Amino acid sequence: MSGAVPRFWREIPARYNLIGSKCERCGKVFFPPRNLCPDCRRKGNVRPYKLKGRGRILSLTQVHVPAPGFEKQVPYYLALIEMEEGPRILAQLTDVGQEPVDIGDEVEIVFRRISESGEIINYGFKARPVKFSSQKSGS
Amino acid sequence: MRKVAVIGVGMTKFGELWHASFRDLMIEAGVRALEDAGIGGDDIQAAYVGNMSAGRFIQQEHVGALIADYSGLAPIPCTRVEAACASGGLALRQAWMDVASGLHDIVIAAGIEKMTDVLAGAAIETLATAADQEWEAFVGATFPSLYALMARRHMYEFGTTEEQMAAVAVKNHNFANMNPYAQYHIQVTVEKVLKSPPVAKPLKLLDCSPISDGAACVVLAPAEQSRKYTDTPVLIEGSGHATDTLGLHGRKSLVGLEATVRASREAYKMAGIEPSDVHVAEVHDCFTIAEIMAIEDLGFCKKGEGGKFTEEGQTNLGGKVVVNPSGGLKGKGHPVGATGVAQVVEIVHQLREEAGKRQMEGAEIGLTHNVGGTGATVVVHIFRRMT
Repeated sequence: MSGAVPRFWREIPARYNLIGSKCERCGKVFFPPRNLCPDCRRKGNVRPYKLKGRGRILSLTQVHVPAPGFEKQVPYYLALIEMEEGPRILAQLTDVGQEPVDIGDEVEIVFRRISESGEIINYGFKARPVKFSSQKSGS
Repeated sequence: MRKVAVIGVGMTKFGELWHASFRDLMIEAGVRALEDAGIGGDDIQAAYVGNMSAGRFIQQEHVGALIADYSGLAPIPCTRVEAACASGGLALRQAWMDVASGLHDIVIAAGIEKMTDVLAGAAIETLATAADQEWEAFVGATFPSLYALMARRHMYEFGTTEEQMAAVAVKNHNFANMNPYAQYHIQVTVEKVLKSPPVAKPLKLLDCSPISDGAACVVLAPAEQSRKYTDTPVLIEGSGHATDTLGLHGRKSLVGLEATVRASREAYKMAGIEPSDVHVAEVHDCFTIAEIMAIEDLGFCKKGEGGKFTEEGQTNLGGKVVVNPSGGLKGKGHPVGATGVAQVVEIVHQLREEAGKRQMEGAEIGLTHNVGGTGATVVVHIFRRMT
């Protein structure tokens, strides 16, 4: 994925600090953020909302044929995670130790380098299995 | 609304067609469809062309006008339709609406993609644009990896096995061997699939559809006029189109496509049939797990039983419903914008009993199922041999 700097810059609150959004009318939390509640639409009242950064793995895969910009990380894990507040997010797993990671494992969101495109380094979130959280962090 | 019939079909061979340009492919498929319908270019009043990404694959946008120009059809209205890999199916739906509404009589639905003018890495990146760029592609998702997440969850919830997924590839490659238009004519076994290199676990190379070039074209006419052109018109009895969240992370379920359920129920209702009435279906098997989920979501078997249903041979010749007799995306090839229209070409051949060795005997009702992205767009059509 490529683009001019503003494309990445404007997503910094969500990608660095897990700022999603919440509809004050129905209470639903969105991450990635939505600025229109899909259920309440114009009756809704959507405000920024920071997620705590904890969730559970719903599914995962080990990627062997990478997306462009991710060649150096092969093989890498991607997981679909259900956050405690309800939203589901896709994230790379990081700091994965020797034990296998599986569906149902608890994860915490951490700040990491995501990819390199040309001279730009993209940062954002990855998910670390809680069972490995005491270990020294990697990439 | 008027009843609409397919009066002619044509397609190019699918594959890595280095000798053929985008323009060449579209003309070849179009000429074949017109010859099949026994009409001339002057008869055509409008055209809809499914194309996912000429802008990225050949750096050419505005392909509606380009196609009208190079086919000698200008100044007729020619509209490009885009819904990622469902572009072709959606082009058919637009053409069907045009004829059904009475605006035009003879209308073309076509689909095309020229994918091998860029290197494989660029093609993979372009295909990933059908997923959510900001929240899937940004974190390193490829298309296979998103379907791998669905496959893993399907295995977890229902005990679906890698062998059952491999059985989809074996069946579809076997059908492809009987289809002269297919990209691959190779022998595939369960063992070969299981031993092929991993792409995104549990999906391996032979669980994935290829990158392909190709085009397909069908000609539509009002049913009441169709006998003027052909002795074997095929009616479009039902059409359904549904959308869902762009990203997988927005879905309630990972083990099926809600848009398939909705689009197919709309089409079944319009056609006045049940899933068990379908004799032959072309479903969107971009990955083997996608066919397993499709046959469940279309109602051919219960949710969770798609793997077993396939392994038992229920989707092969002699089974309950013949699925992907063309070889599917897996064996025939997957030029993304052309796929949805090529599915119609196969169903029409089946209903006209012209499909040679892969013919399902006595096929009267057929279905096409075309998916965009990981299920954010689904288009389903139902066809019946006109009696």
